[in-house]
Amino acid sequence: MSIGLEHYLILSAILFSIGLYGALAKRNAIVILMCIEIMLNAVNIAMVAFSRYVTPTLLTGQVFTIFIIVVAAAEAAVGLAIIIAIYRSRETIESDKIDLMKW
Amino acid sequence: MGLDIAFWILAVVGIGAALAVVLLRNVFHTALTLVLCFLAVAGIYVTLSADFLAVAQVLIYVGGISVLVILAIMLTREVQRGSTSNKLRIPAFIVAILFLGVAVYTLINTTWSVSTASPTEPTTTALAGKLLGEGGFVLPVEIAACLLLAAIIGAIVLVREK
Repeated sequence: MSIGLEHYLILSAILFSIGLYGALAKRNAIVILMCIEIMLNAVNIAMVAFSRYVTPTLLTGQVFTIFIIVVAAAEAAVGLAIIIAIYRSRETIESDKIDLMKW
Repeated sequence: MGLDIAFWILAVVGIGAALAVVLLRNVFHTALTLVLCFLAVAGIYVTLSADFLAVAQVLIYVGGISVLVILAIMLTREVQRGSTSNKLRIPAFIVAILFLGVAVYTLINTTWSVSTASPTEPTTTALAGKLLGEGGFVLPVEIAACLLLAAIIGAIVLVREK
């Protein structure tokens, strides 16, 4: 059986679930950010797979993927800067100890 | 046939690396397996004949974001404490498995209108036409530039010593 659209979509779903589990269950804020990057990568795979198999000549999915990569880069830069700033003032980056705004 | 073998190898490597990111204790090893996962995704793009995106993935994720992550790990000295799970581990696992089940079920039971036309290759010229050409995505490109500038300035302001 040759590789088709479903294979890529299921791969994307598996990667997304792994990222979802990590983002929900991890303590370390940097690991949470890494899991979010895995989720964005999974979405990119789905986007490129649709672009390849449904509209092979239009390339719109790949254009959207470029914008997702741009947003992910900006998110990583700002997110890691926030984590470093929190570490400076509170000496921890464990997500369940950063609960100043939790009622 | 070669494409099939490449897909299976890359898929196994990618999923294994992603699992290692979630399961490993050492935060630094986690960052290194994340790099492996990004490289596998770049290979997946190659099998989807998205050559420009594969190179962009290697440049931005493997070259840029992973360096940023490793730098943040080194600046926060959390390596000794390790990457532990919080008390939501089992609910999170259930949510992830449920999501995976629903997603795979719908994916398999949907009939996709797959086109048989061969993909554009190389994609670089066509992508440039899409991004910058007439009737393309020029305005989003400009907005993305503004977003990146704002992110860079924001990051500098956030980490600057008072």
